[in-house]
Amino acid sequence: MIKNNNNKSMDLTLKIWRQENAQARGRFETYKVTGISPDCSFLEMLDILNEKLVMEGVEPVAFDHDCREGICGACSLYINGRPHGPDHGITTCQLHMRKFKDGDTIIIEPWRAKAFPVIKDLMVDRSAFDRIIQVGGYISVNTGAAPDANSIPVSKENADSSMDAAACIGCGACVAACKNASAMLFISAKVSQLALLPQGRPEAARRVQIMVSKMDELGFGNCTNTYACEAECPKEIKVTNIARMNREFFSAKVCGEKKK
Amino acid sequence: MTSLHSKIPAGPLAEKWTSYKWTQNLVNPANKRKLDIIVVGTGLAGASAAASFGELGFKVKAFCIHDSPRRAHSIAAQGGINATKNYKNDGDSVYRLFYDTIKGGDYRSREANVYRLAEVSGPIIDQCVAQGVPFAREYGGLLDNRSFGGALVSRTFYARGQTGQQLLLGAYGALCKEVNKGSVTMYTRREMMDLVIVDGRARGIIVRNTLTGELERHSAHAVLLATGGYGNVFFLSTMAMNSNGSAAWQCYKKGAYFGNPCFTQIHPTCIPVHGDYQSKLTLMSESLRNDGRIWVPKKAEDAEKIRMGTLRPTEIPDDNRDYYLERRYPAFGNLVPRDVASRAAKERCDAGFGVGSTGLAVYLDFEDAINRLGRNAIEAKYGNLFQMYEKIVDENPYNTPMMIFPAVHYIMGGLWVDYELQTTIPGLFAAGEANFSDHGANRLGASALMQGLSDGYFILPYTIQNYLADQIGVPRFKTDLPEFEKAERDVFDRIQRLLSIKGHRTVDSIHKELGHIMWNHVGMGRNGEGLAKAIELIRNLREEFWKEVKVPGKATDVNIELEKAIRLADYLEIGELMARDALHREESCGGHFREEYQTPEGEALRNDQDFAYVAAWEYTGYGKEPELHKEHIEFENIEVKQRNYKTS
Repeated sequence: MIKNNNNKSMDLTLKIWRQENAQARGRFETYKVTGISPDCSFLEMLDILNEKLVMEGVEPVAFDHDCREGICGACSLYINGRPHGPDHGITTCQLHMRKFKDGDTIIIEPWRAKAFPVIKDLMVDRSAFDRIIQVGGYISVNTGAAPDANSIPVSKENADSSMDAAACIGCGACVAACKNASAMLFISAKVSQLALLPQGRPEAARRVQIMVSKMDELGFGNCTNTYACEAECPKEIKVTNIARMNREFFSAKVCGEKKK
Repeated sequence: MTSLHSKIPAGPLAEKWTSYKWTQNLVNPANKRKLDIIVVGTGLAGASAAASFGELGFKVKAFCIHDSPRRAHSIAAQGGINATKNYKNDGDSVYRLFYDTIKGGDYRSREANVYRLAEVSGPIIDQCVAQGVPFAREYGGLLDNRSFGGALVSRTFYARGQTGQQLLLGAYGALCKEVNKGSVTMYTRREMMDLVIVDGRARGIIVRNTLTGELERHSAHAVLLATGGYGNVFFLSTMAMNSNGSAAWQCYKKGAYFGNPCFTQIHPTCIPVHGDYQSKLTLMSESLRNDGRIWVPKKAEDAEKIRMGTLRPTEIPDDNRDYYLERRYPAFGNLVPRDVASRAAKERCDAGFGVGSTGLAVYLDFEDAINRLGRNAIEAKYGNLFQMYEKIVDENPYNTPMMIFPAVHYIMGGLWVDYELQTTIPGLFAAGEANFSDHGANRLGASALMQGLSDGYFILPYTIQNYLADQIGVPRFKTDLPEFEKAERDVFDRIQRLLSIKGHRTVDSIHKELGHIMWNHVGMGRNGEGLAKAIELIRNLREEFWKEVKVPGKATDVNIELEKAIRLADYLEIGELMARDALHREESCGGHFREEYQTPEGEALRNDQDFAYVAAWEYTGYGKEPELHKEHIEFENIEVKQRNYKTS
């Protein structure tokens, strides 16, 4: 069906971070998997490992995942030192084993950031992202209060740029990739999406200030322009969004607009 | 015994919803603060409902199984959302969307519900634009549309191939706004385990905190279930890994009737199955059928060579290709509804014309569109879908046609609800894919998003008030009532039982076996003999599950195998009800194709005389035959006829 890779198969060594809970000390455990098809996805390879572990009476490796088509943002994993693994512009669930070679050793770790504590094994707590959105990452419009959709024209260029930013899936790879564990790419994507649209302007100044201060409060670092976030973002969100956010932030400060 | 009363308002079709709103009971703002609503599930339907309830002033508790409401599987909807804006001036209207949906559903849905759905479709778009959903626009700054199956107009609004994501993030934003305001309390990583009924009314739920394993009791004046569909009963589907039917199933076991459980949507354009390790299937949006042409080789020997790998599709000249949808359905061509397109693909593959190494695939070809519009135009429209395909299949769809095959995608069946979206349990409401309403026996593309948001933004905020209006004197509930005690105890026992089996089979191995039974006998083509066999096979497998399943770990911790086992125990019952429903419905309609009932041309042959009803099943006890109730569907505004996509 899929390109004829079926006759090849791979034997791999996996070094996986195991940690019982947030308080426990973690460690790497080594596992072997054999006969892995190159057409198998990375998470399916972990499913195969887990089936094996269950039959051996060992607790399977816990990891977050859901849609398995690169859109829900649930999957994470630091694979061989890179968020979402070696391929570009995809999530871990879209990574396929054809990117690896027979005999490879693969190191699998959770996201590591102060604001994303480990829950168990490869699962981390990313609820800090929700808390940032909750303080103002939206347009305050109640159901039923909207004017006709075409009464607000938006230039195609702005609509497209807004969509580019809105493509963020909130996976946290940007934070995991950043040496400062900064959430600037994540926040700037939401700030940009809404700032580029006329509907988002009335709250723009308040929004950017309150989201940034929430980010600081939650223990995320700041941006020092290494662009690691852009390089590792599975949705290829651009750092120009951070520039736009900074401009929004400064202009809000300079104009003395209130946060609340 | 609850009787089936659909509560459809009297009066002309176009005035029913208006007159309902005019005569319904409302709750005054001071009383709203005293009333609690539980919302289970925060996808499009749940998030939009929870946010809207919060805006009205109710106290809302919202629950989701994910770490964040933004991960609900609504996010994966690609193509778009229908609305009758008629911005294209191509003849769209509320009536036309209503008509297309009734016809698309093969005359098995309620006129009044569908008409209301079409009526509120326009305001949904207004709402989403105001929230900052970046829909595709034309150069003039106004909204763009595209076409979807089963329609002759362009009424689908879209945000690239990520419409579901953008609409969900809009609803999630609204939900976050209400969380910030304090009207909604959000509970993440909670899985609903049971419904609590007090004095005949839904008054609360038992949830399991999936991080700690703790069982929690929550009470409210009304409960809304928006927990999606149960397509993962097939193991392989386009649903997310955590999508499951358990919450709805527990409500069924507590007395809510289940409507048309066998109505399953098999989507025609998914990436074909490629190995037994596979965990899920990936959809390629229906929007691709705007520009892609579906074909298989005309000659069986060419198909044979392709399967052997000695011939490439690009080497087959146009004359030797069978564009079978264009051939069979000249009026709608490649944009026939999903059930029709899926069956046609199966028919060609069964006849020996299938491609790919297994012969279970057909081509979706963009060569003509690329020649006509240029590669850049195709990339702008479908770039992310092409990339998604290439990552999975390792072939470039710009150069060689995509291979696709039908896969389980959506469940039209679900909890039976009346016009107010209330189930047969007073105080229990169901929205979105979790209810059975609106789509009949087949859902049209881009209508799931529309239905989820219409239920959540524009219908439930009205109808739930009609129920709550007489609850204003009921004080907040304590959860130390014996009903809560018992429900929690039952859940605890169920979990302990699963952990104590310590058998020899993994959850997934049994789930895969169930999936095979379902796909082979309760899938695209069904017949009496196969369905009877499926019921027996599922019962045997269920027995084996309760003897042989192996669930390691503890109940009081993150335990993924336990979560899967709890869900599978329910799937092993859901599957049987689906087979039973399919067996009793001796006709073909929409996605339900009984091989015994077809026209000479192989089209679905309905039996309106005997089956123009909703089959609502009542639970009568474990292992006992459920009782069938019938809600007859009346058509007062549409002439019922055989669906025709050959001529317009």
